[in-house]
Amino acid sequence: MTAAAIEAQYAGLQKQAVAKTAVQKSKPLVRVGTATCGVAAGAIPVKEAFEKEIGSRGLDARVVEAGCMGHCYAEPLVVIDKPGFAPLCYGSVDGDLARRLVADFLAGDDPCYEFALAALEPNDVFPTFSEFPRGVCEEKIILERCGFIDPEAIDDYIARDGYAALAKALALPPEEVLAEIKAANLRGRGGAGFPAGVKWEAARGAGDGVKYVICNADEGDPGAFMDRSILESDPHQVIEGMIICAYCVGAAEGWLYIRAEYPRAVERIHTAIRQAREKGLLGQSILGSGFAFDLRVFQGSGAFVCGEETALVSSMEGKMGMPQTRPPFMAQSGFRGRPTVLNNVKTFSYVPHIVSRGADWFKGTGTPGTPGTAVFSLVGKVSHTGLVEVPMGTTLRRLIFDVGEGIPGGKKFKAAQIGGPSGGCLPEAALDVPIDFDSLRQAGAIMGSGGLVVLDEDDCMVAVARFFLEFTRHESCGKCTFCRLGTKHMLDILTEITGGRGNPASLEVLRELAEDVQAGSLCNLGRTAPNPILTTLRYFRDEYDAHIFEGRCPALMCKELIAYYILPKKCSKLCDACVGSCPVEAIFTRADGLKEIDQQKCVKCDNCRKACPPEHDAVVKLSPPSLLSGKEGVPK
Amino acid sequence: MFSVPLPLASGEREEILKIVGDILKNHAANRENLIPILQQVQAKLGYLPGPAMEKIAAASGVPAVDLYGLATFYNQFRLHPPGKHRVNVCMGTACYMAGGRIALDSFERRLKIKEGETTPDRNFSLERVACVGCCTMAPVVVVDDKVEGRVTPTRVDGILLECGASNGAAGEAPAAENTPAGREQAEGAQRS
Repeated sequence: MTAAAIEAQYAGLQKQAVAKTAVQKSKPLVRVGTATCGVAAGAIPVKEAFEKEIGSRGLDARVVEAGCMGHCYAEPLVVIDKPGFAPLCYGSVDGDLARRLVADFLAGDDPCYEFALAALEPNDVFPTFSEFPRGVCEEKIILERCGFIDPEAIDDYIARDGYAALAKALALPPEEVLAEIKAANLRGRGGAGFPAGVKWEAARGAGDGVKYVICNADEGDPGAFMDRSILESDPHQVIEGMIICAYCVGAAEGWLYIRAEYPRAVERIHTAIRQAREKGLLGQSILGSGFAFDLRVFQGSGAFVCGEETALVSSMEGKMGMPQTRPPFMAQSGFRGRPTVLNNVKTFSYVPHIVSRGADWFKGTGTPGTPGTAVFSLVGKVSHTGLVEVPMGTTLRRLIFDVGEGIPGGKKFKAAQIGGPSGGCLPEAALDVPIDFDSLRQAGAIMGSGGLVVLDEDDCMVAVARFFLEFTRHESCGKCTFCRLGTKHMLDILTEITGGRGNPASLEVLRELAEDVQAGSLCNLGRTAPNPILTTLRYFRDEYDAHIFEGRCPALMCKELIAYYILPKKCSKLCDACVGSCPVEAIFTRADGLKEIDQQKCVKCDNCRKACPPEHDAVVKLSPPSLLSGKEGVPK
Repeated sequence: MFSVPLPLASGEREEILKIVGDILKNHAANRENLIPILQQVQAKLGYLPGPAMEKIAAASGVPAVDLYGLATFYNQFRLHPPGKHRVNVCMGTACYMAGGRIALDSFERRLKIKEGETTPDRNFSLERVACVGCCTMAPVVVVDDKVEGRVTPTRVDGILLECGASNGAAGEAPAAENTPAGREQAEGAQRS
């Protein structure tokens, strides 16, 4: 079939899609963000409130579900697109606001600007997201459509030039498409940064037999959720990237390996696959080109190590997910012993954009070593949490203080934990490093999958390191001795330190163990597991020392090293908020009417400190607990 | 982590075997399908009972010990029945730092069980999960597939009350702070 015929078939599809969406555009449209994060914030009742109110007023307006726009701090988000107005986005919507928006905006003509967060298109009345401080830093490629299209309507995607890149690719010889991906130097976004084009070329060169394309959506890093968000918000982008990859390498079957913890993503990808099949974008002779490819979904069962490609494939084959030695590389012998290309969700997401706009356009963004953008899930102690996409080479400082708008509550920044359990904690001094795969590795962290957790002065770095070790110890598959036993031993040492039983010699043992585990493990889980320890030892040694030598947790976080105390000078006789809040009845009222904590009973749950009204602010944490002795009312 | 499975009630075994049989009808019982089969059995029964595992092992020709290996390797699978209400506390980085541990402690204290356990009346089971991907709502707790954000110890009591209320069961009311001895003592102290 000729190139012109493929293009013509696509043009037909697009014409239909545009016509369909145009009809819909003539009516007011309410889009409710119902990705997992939106649902958690209460998006479903909000959607129902809109539907009910619109129904009871007999209005002609549609309510649809959309994905995640990345502004997670303001969930649930709602976009109202009414003809005659710029589309407006409202944040932190609840049932009452929903009813009011229907009454005033949909039924009337008052857009309630006082509740609007931003407009989505430039206009004379209201600022857009791109005029926000973060809008200036951001450059969206793979998140561009997220939240703006209905993930369960393929026409929305096609109307916005979705699958155009596929049509373009199918009209070209596969070598040419592959050359473009290679020229773009697209590096795998799963964490290691291996050039996707090189991987694809190897698989292409591995004979003419059966080959597989697998999308790794086993996003296991605690603190990272961009893969989930992309699958839930723009699933067709990933599918399109996978089809183009399959065309390049000559594969007829593809799999999406999605974690079981993401039921919504699984559901939406199933819908997307079904719709793509109906449109002839998957299956026999895609777009009439003669090229056949189809997709299936495999649900992972919760094992962090399965993010590693050989372990992932073992798991798909019905075995325990243990990594295998390489070579043979996946491109030669992967799933079912056949040549296999395995890339991350984000990597596949870039592919249609590169094919559409060319390698040179892609290389115009980012750093020379790592072109393109980086997606971070910005969470923790930062004002504007959410998903952000910035050009590679942006500094962490810009990311945290401009995009994230700094640390809330006037607290002081302490560290940025980047790259999850395999990454590290970087201090203030490292914030000005332009981030890409190589610069982060030099700083001792890794890009990983892009989880970025901001920590402030209330977070204990030893406890953070211990948290990650607890995670890797649990997730170690047990194949390599160093990883299996080393992580356990390191965790034990850290538990002792955070428990105030640290031994001055243990830091040296810890460092030695960390280096041995790095050297003696087969896969990256073990090789990177010590990173959180090594970086915190390198940048926050003073905190380890405080725990070991003074029995003090500087961040007042480690339970065994703190005590709660009610300041008699600040406590009010007229208030007993803390008494009612204590789950273990450890707080009592003294004869003089002031409150006191029974230290034997206290479980250090922090309830009383939260319950104490700000005008009194009488509950404090003390570390080391020995500070209590000599305080009024505390037995010696 | 995996306690000895509870004894089955009469007729339960037959019921289990029937459900597993139905699932096996829809799948070729080969090695590649083992995980999807286990997932479906668990989706139906809530856990993987011994008879189900034996039946799958026999149908697929995979030794039962290998199947046990699979079921214990992956975090998703459980070998003991879940509670009527399933509490999953997220222990992702963001949740941990924001007080996920405090939330877990509160559940453990209120339910009088440890993580990974089920209350003796099988009303609640408590587990930790790695990350549910709602880091901006930290700390997050998933109760019966409903995601709860920003969970404080006070909210823990609220969640348990809601479960108790929606359940209609008069069972053990988790909120015990209504008449704490401390408060009586306090009032006594004020009167005197």
